[in-house]
Amino acid sequence: MEYIILIITAIFVNNIVLAQFLGICPFLGVSKKVDTAGWMGMAVLFVMLIATLVTYPIYYGILVPYNLQFMQTIVYILVIAALVQTVEIILKKSMPALYSALGVFLPLITTNCTILGVAINVINFEYNLAQSTVYATATALGFTLAMVLFAGIREQTAITKTPKGMEGTPIALLTAGLLAMAFMGFSGVDKGLSAALGL
Amino acid sequence: MSKLGIIINGIVKENPTFVLLLGMCPTLGTTSSALNGMSMGLATMAVLICANFVISCVKNLIPDKVHIPCYIVIIAGFVTIVQLLIKAYAPAVDEKLGLFIPLIVVNCIVLGRAESFAAKNGPLDSACDGIGIGIGFTLALTLLGLCRELLGAGTAFNMPVYPEQFGALTFVLAPGAFITLAYLSALFNKFIKK
Amino acid sequence: MAKLENSLKNMVLSLTAITVIVGALLGYVASVTDEPIAQAAAAKQQNAIAAVVPVEGAQAGEAQKVVTANGEEAVIFPVTKDGQLVGHAVQAVSKNGFGGKITVMFGFDPEGTILGYNVLDCGGETPGLGAKMPDWFQKGAKGDVIGKNPKTNNLTVSKDEGEVDAITAATISSRAFCDAIAQAFGVLPVVEAAAEAQTSATKQAAGTSESVNEVAGE
Repeated sequence: MEYIILIITAIFVNNIVLAQFLGICPFLGVSKKVDTAGWMGMAVLFVMLIATLVTYPIYYGILVPYNLQFMQTIVYILVIAALVQTVEIILKKSMPALYSALGVFLPLITTNCTILGVAINVINFEYNLAQSTVYATATALGFTLAMVLFAGIREQTAITKTPKGMEGTPIALLTAGLLAMAFMGFSGVDKGLSAALGL
Repeated sequence: MSKLGIIINGIVKENPTFVLLLGMCPTLGTTSSALNGMSMGLATMAVLICANFVISCVKNLIPDKVHIPCYIVIIAGFVTIVQLLIKAYAPAVDEKLGLFIPLIVVNCIVLGRAESFAAKNGPLDSACDGIGIGIGFTLALTLLGLCRELLGAGTAFNMPVYPEQFGALTFVLAPGAFITLAYLSALFNKFIKK
Repeated sequence: MAKLENSLKNMVLSLTAITVIVGALLGYVASVTDEPIAQAAAAKQQNAIAAVVPVEGAQAGEAQKVVTANGEEAVIFPVTKDGQLVGHAVQAVSKNGFGGKITVMFGFDPEGTILGYNVLDCGGETPGLGAKMPDWFQKGAKGDVIGKNPKTNNLTVSKDEGEVDAITAATISSRAFCDAIAQAFGVLPVVEAAAEAQTSATKQAAGTSESVNEVAGE
């Protein structure tokens, strides 16, 4: 039950893009078409899950015992960068079909702050490994949902007439604002649900 | 280009927020008030100046193929230093900015300037570029924070301007970040960019 | 100076050297800032204690860690003046905040009357709504809880038939605040006998469905 609430919170209530403002660059940059946005989301899901599962034992197994918590940022970013490279090579060799779909997005993901953000968050929130896994998956799904919804709207706004000054970024940001407002409707859902389930 | 020219270039012509559209996450995430936006801008500026200077000094010692990981390590080092200093001497700021301080590492502005400026110019010019871009970023964040605070809570830099009940809370919350930035960049397009 | 060439030796060397130098530098900065960071945290706690038990010249005694009814850790500081007990400061956590946990320091006099409170962490609460918590329940403010005693006053929000005016449009945050009061009060050593009654009262309050007839304070 606890996990259901965790999932709903991460996808809807505390959506990583629309409520926490992480991953805005890919959100604005790779959201002109629905299927590109979807594949980007899948790539993030893939990397985020692996990154969280790899950094978690590093933090509790190496950094904490040796009192090196201050190295967290450096170690994490290096691990994530190395991981993305490795994933790219493995995919290229063994799963060319998947590579052709996700490949172009992988280099972008190193500097996608959602990955580092989630890896740091599971430490800050004191999640255990199972909770971290669920949290990372749900957050990535929330990212994908926001991407796909946003891309869907942008496909429409691209063919409508926009005032000159608002063309490009301003109208995209405005759309994102309305989407964020819609997502605010979910706030409190997690509390209501946990009350209803008697937690 | 003179040193002053480099600084002004960073503030106006290559303004990281309104022109280059980089570093959107902290821009939206930390600007619920003018002071928060300003602290975030100053923290980023400190990292920008140090990282630009050091990277420019050591750029020839780094083989091309590993330059990105090396730059990232240097940047992450300065970010952690800034984070530790803020935690020690300004704990209130640390509470407000939270996760966004370590995330300066993946702020595309910092790596972007290292790649496009520090890797090609001398240490002093690079430091000036850091100052200019840093000021541009700080100004943009402060302005955005000021607008949101003023419209949402009726205060400017925590000083009451009009009664709070008349404020539209949305501007302090998530949607307000997107909407305010949308209109500010539209205005920037109209009057300054051309 | 010419750029170093891309030989494997150079690449490994430069990356390792940079990481080691940066790591050493960080280790140094971390060792220097270690103490100020601990001091800042301690100062924050001491200031909070002084603020919630406003007795001049009073001294906080040794911290005692206990587990509250909701399974979270609370810290009790006995506050004394000239060897006389003047109250307790209790740092308690409620898990029911709008965006996660909230941590509040409460000051109680020896009878259990609330002397003051200081919100240490309500970072997950919505700005402009739940985040008004640090001011809303202070003396003279709308949701004033100062001078009330959880033993005799029903300190739950008015929607739950209590006597605390909830923060406008932030009932969940206000409930969490009242929960934190109950948690803190529950572990007060001087009212341990009353604690049992309090826990059952909280359970009762939590069990009541939202009463529509109750008009909020606004």
